[in-house]
Amino acid sequence: MADYDPMIPRVARVRKTRREIADVATLEIDAGDFSFAPGQFDMLTVFGVGEAAISVSGDPADPSRLVHTIRAVGAVSRALVDLHVGAPIGLRGPFGRGWPMQEARGRDVIVVAGGLGLAPLRPALYRLFAERENYGRVILLYGARSPQDILYRDELEQWRGRLDAEVEATVDHARGEWRGNVGVVTGLVARAAFDARNALAMLCGPEIMMRFVADALGDRGVAPERIYLSMERNMKCAIGWCGHCQFGPVFICRDGPVFSYARLRGLLATKEL
Amino acid sequence: MGEGASAAAIIDETGLQALLDALRARGFSLLGPTLRDGAIVYDEIDGVADLPRGCGDEQDGGHYRVTPRGDDALFGYAVGPQSWKRFLHPPVLRLWRARREGDDMRVETDPETSEKYAFIGARSCELHAIAIQDRVLIGGEHVDPHYRARREGVFVVALNCGVAGGACFCASMNTGPKATFGYDLALTELIGDGRHEFLVEIGTEAGGGLLGALPHRGASASEIAAAQAVVEHTAATMGREMQPDVAALLARNLEHPRWDEVATRCLACTNCTMVCPTCFCTSVEDTSDLEGRESARARRWDSCFTLDFSYIHGGSVRSSAKSRYRQWMTHKLSTWHDQFGTTGCVGCGRCIVWCPVAIDITEEARAIAESEAKGGER
Repeated sequence: MADYDPMIPRVARVRKTRREIADVATLEIDAGDFSFAPGQFDMLTVFGVGEAAISVSGDPADPSRLVHTIRAVGAVSRALVDLHVGAPIGLRGPFGRGWPMQEARGRDVIVVAGGLGLAPLRPALYRLFAERENYGRVILLYGARSPQDILYRDELEQWRGRLDAEVEATVDHARGEWRGNVGVVTGLVARAAFDARNALAMLCGPEIMMRFVADALGDRGVAPERIYLSMERNMKCAIGWCGHCQFGPVFICRDGPVFSYARLRGLLATKEL
Repeated sequence: MGEGASAAAIIDETGLQALLDALRARGFSLLGPTLRDGAIVYDEIDGVADLPRGCGDEQDGGHYRVTPRGDDALFGYAVGPQSWKRFLHPPVLRLWRARREGDDMRVETDPETSEKYAFIGARSCELHAIAIQDRVLIGGEHVDPHYRARREGVFVVALNCGVAGGACFCASMNTGPKATFGYDLALTELIGDGRHEFLVEIGTEAGGGLLGALPHRGASASEIAAAQAVVEHTAATMGREMQPDVAALLARNLEHPRWDEVATRCLACTNCTMVCPTCFCTSVEDTSDLEGRESARARRWDSCFTLDFSYIHGGSVRSSAKSRYRQWMTHKLSTWHDQFGTTGCVGCGRCIVWCPVAIDITEEARAIAESEAKGGER
């Protein structure tokens, strides 16, 4: 009789698929009731192809819908993006420590996302907006490469329509139709209105973007202990056995993927750590 | 397994053969040192006749030779290229198979091994290495059932080292040369002046029970002293030495110019990680048949020296050899403490001996320490 083995995936099925933007799809997976915390991730397997670490991007208040948004960047993620409704999918998870939702209570919350980094933040955004009264100001700053690369556009517009939140988007470059901001997301940080002494920030995007945003928030007076980043590294196991996701003293899978900037600042400053 | 031993016994070669026979009779597969392809390797053995009688060795940076000792010693050499890691945490292990049945996908696993191993001649550094891998694979929140199944059944006959290898530095790591835990029985080989016997110390009840069934006699005070002198001599003749406080030394020198210097020599060949008894990193590999009906995932040893190891879309995090050597050495000696509360190095010296260009982890640490002492390059 085999003992419990955390490396063995359970078999679930794709219930719905949705094309988001070029090379990006959202899969809704039928996995029964699947509880997770905002910011956690799963290991998804396409049988015969391989396994990849993908953040959960759905609403934690609805455990019947397990949602992941995936960009095709390699063999496994390409195969995930191309899965059809009804296809079997291997599932391990949820893993890792997510966003500090408790610590955020009563504070101004600044969410800064770059590109596909909006996906791991969406579970937190769902809760922030659903439990709006528990938080101070809620600010979402989003940067994408171009207007065509803006993820979850419908939801962004819906959130932008709220009177109790500030939602700003910017693109690196645009042609013609775009009448919004152009430039890096760091620029939006300087303009946002929040109480720095009582603010908490959640950042997800390219590492370089997170570093600049964290420093910009620091310049505004936000304590590095209350700036949180979600990190990405190669992962083969998600439970601290394979060694791939080491970042100096931490395992991204086991100790993260969400860390405070106070914890990471020195590590991020070391090249190729 | 318990601490040290209270009483000691003496057995001779006949007694050693009887010990191996008794272990086999109790269902253990015997694994021990044997001579193959010019090296001492751990493999299945039947009895004393398979042990590398009369073999010694020369070990140094990038250098290993088995040499004749001119006596009948059975354990007269330091550790060879392999460690017990290959039996507890095998180089390749199938994790599962999946089969498509109509619309269904079935995932099946192989049962964990039921084989029981007896490790004959495990050194103190290796017992420390096993304890370190225990922390990684079964000591945390998640337990690797394959490792646990192999590990729990093991019977350990330790060997207190009678010679120090040219690259050994366990004395400075406090990991040897005398076994202090993690064994059922521990042997010290007493050879010379016409005698050839083994002092046996008992580590566990199982070990004591087994010894009781063998032809043996109690050890005299002078024999116990002689065995102590053997390990003291070994400790005093270590080929290498690690810097004290190396964990903090490396942590504050991540940008030291020595990393650039070692990178001009390092081939990133992965040898050091393959021979290291604590390196645990693995990758997974999926395979499928042509029809896509059956697929499988295997886990295999991986190395932080490959580019693939740190690859995420867009490129490898550690693209330079410098960063990969730094990752390996700082992990082993420094960040391992942060992650698991112990060092990841046991001073066995294998990484020095099996490095094709003779990079020496103790020398690298010394170079950084000495430049600090000179108040220079930080």
